[in-house]
Formats: sequence, C-alpha cells, structure tokens
Amino acid sequence: MAEVAAVLDGIARYVVPRTLDEALGVLAAGGVSILAGGTDLMPQARAGRVRLQPVLINIRRLPELTGIERAGGGIRIGALVTITALRDSALVRERLHLLWQACDHFASDQIRNVATVGGNLCNASPAGDTLIPLLALGASAVLAATGGTRRVPLGEFFTGPGRSCRRPEELLVAVEVPEPPAGFAGVFCKHGTRPALDISTISLAVGARRDGTVLRDVRIACGAVAPTPIRALQAEAVVEGRAADAATIAAAAQAALADIHPISDVRASDWYRREMVRNLLQRALSHVGQL
Amino acid sequence: MSVNCDIAFTLNGVPRRLAVPADMSTLELLRDQLGLTGTKYGCGEGECGACTVLVDGASVNACLMFAVDCDGRELVTVEGVVAGATGQRLRDAFVASGAVQCGFCTPGFMVQASHLLGQGRAGGEAEIRRGIEGNLCRCTGYRKIIDAIATAAQGGDHG
Ligand SMILES: Cc1cc2nc3c(=O)[nH]c(=O)nc-3n(C[C@H](O)[C@H](O)[C@H](O)COP(=O)(O)OP(=O)(O)OC[C@H]3O[C@@H](n4cnc5c(N)ncnc54)[C@H](O)[C@@H]3O)c2cc1C
Ligand code: FES
Ligand code: FES
Repeated sequence: MAEVAAVLDGIARYVVPRTLDEALGVLAAGGVSILAGGTDLMPQARAGRVRLQPVLINIRRLPELTGIERAGGGIRIGALVTITALRDSALVRERLHLLWQACDHFASDQIRNVATVGGNLCNASPAGDTLIPLLALGASAVLAATGGTRRVPLGEFFTGPGRSCRRPEELLVAVEVPEPPAGFAGVFCKHGTRPALDISTISLAVGARRDGTVLRDVRIACGAVAPTPIRALQAEAVVEGRAADAATIAAAAQAALADIHPISDVRASDWYRREMVRNLLQRALSHVGQL
Repeated sequence: MSVNCDIAFTLNGVPRRLAVPADMSTLELLRDQLGLTGTKYGCGEGECGACTVLVDGASVNACLMFAVDCDGRELVTVEGVVAGATGQRLRDAFVASGAVQCGFCTPGFMVQASHLLGQGRAGGEAEIRRGIEGNLCRCTGYRKIIDAIATAAQGGDHG
C-alpha cells in the first residue's frame, strides 16, 4: 500500500514550456502543479501541506511573464519578476514606493533573489508582503487560459487563506498597477518577532496624497488580520478629505477595528493583533500626514 | 517515485549532465548525488542559509530549489567560491578574524559574502548586516563574521 501511495504521489511528468500558448495547453489538460521560484511550493510539498500533482510545469522560461514596464496608464509587472528585481527597479522605487518598501522588508537576500511576485500573489497568504501594497494601490491580476484572458481586481482575487479565484487552468501572467496620482506617498510597515525572515504578525500599507492641509486618495490595506488581505474601507472614509490631526487619526484607528477580523494563532492573539493595528495605523497615518 | 529528468548545467565551471528525480532539491543533488558536502543542510526550509549557493550569479537557498530547475544554469558552490580570488580572501579573513567556531554556518556565509562582495554590497557594517539576514550562526554572535566580511571587502585579511 505504501508503495502504491508513493507512486501516486510522485511527479509523472515535468514540463518546461517556452511559450505562453504551450503552457496554457498543458494547464488545460489538468492535474498540474505550477512551479515559479519554488520558495513556497518546495517547503509546502515537503511538509505535506500541498500535494504535488502528476504534472509539474516550470514556468520560469516564459518570456511573456517577465518585465516591469509602463503600459496604458499603469505599470505592468510580469508574474515572474523577483522581489530583488522589484527592489532594484527605479520605476518601482519612484512610482510604487509602497510596493518597494514591502520588497525591501521581504525575507532575506537569498529568498528575494528567487521569490516571484506571481508566486506571492498565487500563494495567497493573508500575510503575503507584496499583496498589501498592491491591494492598497488598486492593482489587478491578469489571468490567462486557453479560452482567453481576464483581469481581476486584487480586492476580489483573494477568497481565503491560501485561496484565490484563479482557476486551475489559469496562469497568472502579470499584475497591473494603476499609476498613483502625483504626490501620492505612503508607508508600509510589518510587525513580527524578528526583523528578517519572519512571517508578519500584522502588516499595513497606508498611502495618500496631500492636498493643502487635507489628505485625499487615502488607501489603507492590512495583512494577517483577516482570512485575506483587506482594504480598511471604513478607516479610509474617516480620513478622506480631512487633515491628519489627532482626532481624525484616532477615529480612523477605531474605524479600522470594524474592518478587520483577526484570528488567534501561533504568532499572536486576536486581541494583540487589534491593538497592533490600532497603534501602527495611528503611527502610519501621522507619518503619511507629514510626507 | 517521481520521474527522472535529464538536466545539463555548469557546476563550479565544469559542464555536467545527469538525471535527477523531478521532486529532488538542489541541496540533495549536490550533497547526496554529487558528494559535494560543503553545502550544508541546516533547516531545509529557507530559514538558515547554510545551503546557500550561487545560481547564475545570485545567491539562493539550495534547499528550496528543485534540482530540475538547474537545467541550463550556472551553479557555484562553496567549493567553487574558495577556488577563486574573492573566496580565498574571504577564507583568510574568516580565519584571521576568528569568525569560525563550529563551522557549520561558514560555507553559507562564505557564499553569501562572496555574492555581496561581487555586487559591491559590503560597504559598511549596516550593509553587511542586511546582506547576511538570511544566514544564521548559533556560535559566534555575528560580530567576527561581520568583521571578516568587512576585512575581505577592504581587500585583505589584515585590513
Ligand atoms: C524562509 C522563508 C521566508 C519567507 N519570507 C516571506 C516574507 O517575508 N514575505 C512574504 O510575503 N513571503 C515570504 N515567504 C514566502 C514566499 O517566499 C513568497 O510567497 C514568494 O513570493 C513565493 O514566490 P515563488 O516564486 O517562490 O512561488 P512558488 O513557490 O513557485 O509558487 C507559490 C504558489 O503559487 C503558484 N504560482 C506561482 N506562480 C504562479 C503563476 N504565475 N500563475 C499561477 N500560479 C502560480 C504555485 O503553484 C504555488 O502554489 C517566505 C518563504 C520562506 C521559505
Ligand atoms: S538548509 Fe536551506 S536555508 Fe536552511
Ligand atoms: S560557527 Fe557554529 S553556527 Fe556559526
């Protein structure tokens, strides 16, 4: 019996497609595990948390999934772009600074050199570091299948811990980020027990544009405080069009507690996460008010 | 049992061609199949950096990389690093600074440090500390490792 299980568990076919069409054809046939950098897939498969399918497809050689470029009022980031490449990109640093900050805080040099933004999104951890700024920036996932391509706003993409609306036959090709308005600035912060290589206990991306004394285009996204990364829409509404004074900041932090649904787990209790959101959000908002 | 796949890659400058099971890690390929035991197995999950190798010039954790993904790439292990001038400078600096105690983390630090030196990212203590975030050492307290890397970055083992 053990031997039969081992046979069933093994990878029967390994494919390295050279074109997107070829890859989508393999996915359409079903029973496929997708390999990008492998920094989630390898440890998850080894620990038995995911089961490798009979076909392993390595998408690392697909040119259609690479590159960071301006396209149609936004910035298109290929799914295979690594965290190191995002961190080294002048365009990301200047125009998507929230995302850049998350990449600067990400894991370790060795992991950043391999981990892809597509893998981070498709792994769909509520603590995934690029998810929070990308959500705050209003990004969309570009999903391709043999039948065609669709765009899904990240607010609808995540459906639960480790789950997204990506269908098994779909490949994430890119993420498209609308260019933030001129003057948009923000801060990303994450809190864990160790500065490097730590899964966030909570993370926060806060951005806005200063218009005279008030803040506009306010965006607040939180990680690890709900089954998916979330936008704190009620907190955003409190700050929108107001000055970042002490009363507004306190009201926003209070409103955020209604946006989030934290759990207790090995990293922190739900009470602790609420307190962290309240405190970090106040700090981040007063910082953004001064940028 | 997973299917065997033929791969061809360069290992420490030498072209290699062999077959590996599709679910094997690069760390298992190096240690168990090729007998290159300089690369260490610490945690097997990306946390400790003892398995650091260079792939196409960038440092990566061999324990997280599928061996089949080595196909077409250039790998350098600690054995390859110490054969070069930077590696020798690093080795001498590690010895001179007393940066090695039990030595288990040393190969990973050597490979990561060679990557930092190659990229000009060992300019000062803060930069070195950030560069070695992915490497754990249970013995030295890091001070002497940082000193060693700084010394090697300055071009020698005596500063
Ligand atoms: C020690 C360690 C530290 C870490 N630290 C952090 C951290 O600080 N912050 C953080 O956010 N994450 C962290 N991670 C998690 C991981 O590194 C990231 O999620 C990474 O971005 C995953 O990318 P990858 O290319 O390695 O994905 P893979 O492991 O290759 O893939 C991840 C998942 O997405 C699927 N997938 C990948 N690409 C696509 C695609 N284009 N289309 C469809 N499906 C796809 C795969 O099938 C798999 O299920 C850490 C992991 C480890 C091991
Ligand atoms: S063995 Fe690879 S990081 Fe620890
Ligand atoms: S010298 Fe022992 S772990 Fe670093």
